[in-house]
Amino acid sequence: MVELRSEAIAAAKEEEDTPRRFLREAVRDLVFRKPLGAAGLAIILLMIAMALLAPVIAPYNPVANVYEKIHQPPSVENWLGTDQFGRDILSRIIYGARTALLVGFVSSLVGATLGLVLGVASAYFGGRFDLVFQRVMDVFMAFPLIIMALAVVSIFGTGVQNVILAITIPIIPRCARVVRASALAIREIPYVDAARAMGFGHGRIILRHMVPNVMAPYLIMLTSFMAQAILLEASLSYLGLGVQEPVPAWGLMLQGGAEEYAESAPWIAIFPGLAISLSVFAFNLFGDAVRDALDPRLRSD
Amino acid sequence: MATDFSTRARPSASWKGEGDGVLLEVKGLKKHFPIVEGVLVQKATATVKAVDGVSFSIRKGETLGLVGESGCGKTTTGRCILQLERPTAGEVIFEGVDLSSLGHKELRTWRRKMQVIFQDPYSSLNPRMKIGDIIEEPMYVYGLPPDARGRRERVRELLSVCGLGARMADRYPHEMSGGQRQRVGIARALAMKPDFLVCDEPVSALDVSIQAQIVNLLEDLRQEFGLTYLFIAHDLSVVRHLCHRVAVMYLGRIVEMADCDALYENPRHPYTRALLSAVPVPDPEVEHGRSLEVIAGEVPSPINPPSGCVFHPRCPLAVDGCKTHIPALREITLGHWVACTEV
Repeated sequence: MVELRSEAIAAAKEEEDTPRRFLREAVRDLVFRKPLGAAGLAIILLMIAMALLAPVIAPYNPVANVYEKIHQPPSVENWLGTDQFGRDILSRIIYGARTALLVGFVSSLVGATLGLVLGVASAYFGGRFDLVFQRVMDVFMAFPLIIMALAVVSIFGTGVQNVILAITIPIIPRCARVVRASALAIREIPYVDAARAMGFGHGRIILRHMVPNVMAPYLIMLTSFMAQAILLEASLSYLGLGVQEPVPAWGLMLQGGAEEYAESAPWIAIFPGLAISLSVFAFNLFGDAVRDALDPRLRSD
Repeated sequence: MATDFSTRARPSASWKGEGDGVLLEVKGLKKHFPIVEGVLVQKATATVKAVDGVSFSIRKGETLGLVGESGCGKTTTGRCILQLERPTAGEVIFEGVDLSSLGHKELRTWRRKMQVIFQDPYSSLNPRMKIGDIIEEPMYVYGLPPDARGRRERVRELLSVCGLGARMADRYPHEMSGGQRQRVGIARALAMKPDFLVCDEPVSALDVSIQAQIVNLLEDLRQEFGLTYLFIAHDLSVVRHLCHRVAVMYLGRIVEMADCDALYENPRHPYTRALLSAVPVPDPEVEHGRSLEVIAGEVPSPINPPSGCVFHPRCPLAVDGCKTHIPALREITLGHWVACTEV
């Protein structure tokens, strides 16, 4: 009986291990159980494809000024119209996905990961270290995300790297705080005591025994921060503190068009605005699905 | 609970020590946890005296049982010995070195020699690591043996010593039963070839048939590898089967300590007597005719323990002197120590 069952489990496992089958089932599961999450993922994948294939699919050079075609409304030639310099808006949106995704992915990944390690370390060491570290985090948290990012940009200057830095820094304490709460519970679990009794170094205990067990909140934070980071990048660029002309970026496109031409050429602002909303929406939908999958307490059904 | 261990010989009653050297000596161990209030300016408003002046020694090859109710400080004593909690006062002398005075780095060499088996087999293994990796990790960290092949060989060896198949190395903890997991915990503890094991209620989370297997495994391992155990438990029948000597704790203090048979057959401290009379006898006729010594009242809070002898409010023998005078452990017959003035 026992033998039979273990064989059945082994057989089931082998089937599961076939990567193609596993992937197909995962996709089917996602589409049927979380259609919104699947839609979000589809939009994200579309954005990634757009960013990667930009030179192939963009109909025009996104930075080429064509003065005879200024303020063209959407047409067969320029599907989404042209801006005040005659640049094709569709091409700029396609190239803009590169900026948005680069900033979104890098800053949320770096910020959340640093937050993860710092949060777990803070919980592990506890005591005075934890107290001081948490107060430092409090100071960082006291600034609204955008103000903090503004401060960083005004210190280090504009440009893609500095925008990434500006968005990463405020993400760290937010992630560290959530992760610390989970790590405090992990710290009291006997396998961490076992590792300490074995005389393992602090780094090994934090990275091998605690970090892998707080992955769920980390992944949830990661996806939600991607949406925030994209929005933040757009905001900074709009305020003129982010990416600089002529680099195509969605927030920058809003800045160039929104104020002056809102009535005469609304397409200049509408389409990049839609791109921002859609991508943030997609990441939020996907993030919700990830949270539902990883955190059973928040599961609605 | 009456577990049947009759298939195995108990450690002999006339045990005189397999090598008389003292391996571990605990002197006046205290662990007080402050109850802290305030956020920025922290102030200790009270202390929980989890362990309050515990002394005992364990000889090489001996198994000392540490029994008592929940919350009496037996687990904290074990954790202080392992330096998982740093003692508030007192010494933990292992092979002549006071571990409580050592720093994190200096402790590493000693940690190899003393290991721990935890109560809950479900939370004592990292759920994200395979069994083989869990057992191999300490060998990898200490580089013993230095090559990956030798380590894998030793993992197989340890698994088989603990009654698990070599195929288990590729499993995750959640794929195993409680008894199997506890065997993994034992294999991990043995990986560094320790001399001393703290067994913190290693069988109380397992069901009775598995308990017997694990207890017998521990006894076999002790004989095979010459291990020394501190066996923390609240199940008196398991302790009687496995231990050479037993110490009884109440509210952070040892109230009685004696050779196993002397303690079970002739308990002297009123608390020990009550504790032993609460163990059911697996014969209904004997059980029916037996008188039960029930202790009055509840265990007092360790935040505000009674004055004098901590047991006096519940003690049938208490006299006025018990309220003011803290009784020291005294040897009433050879090797039989009792902390009570009235026996």
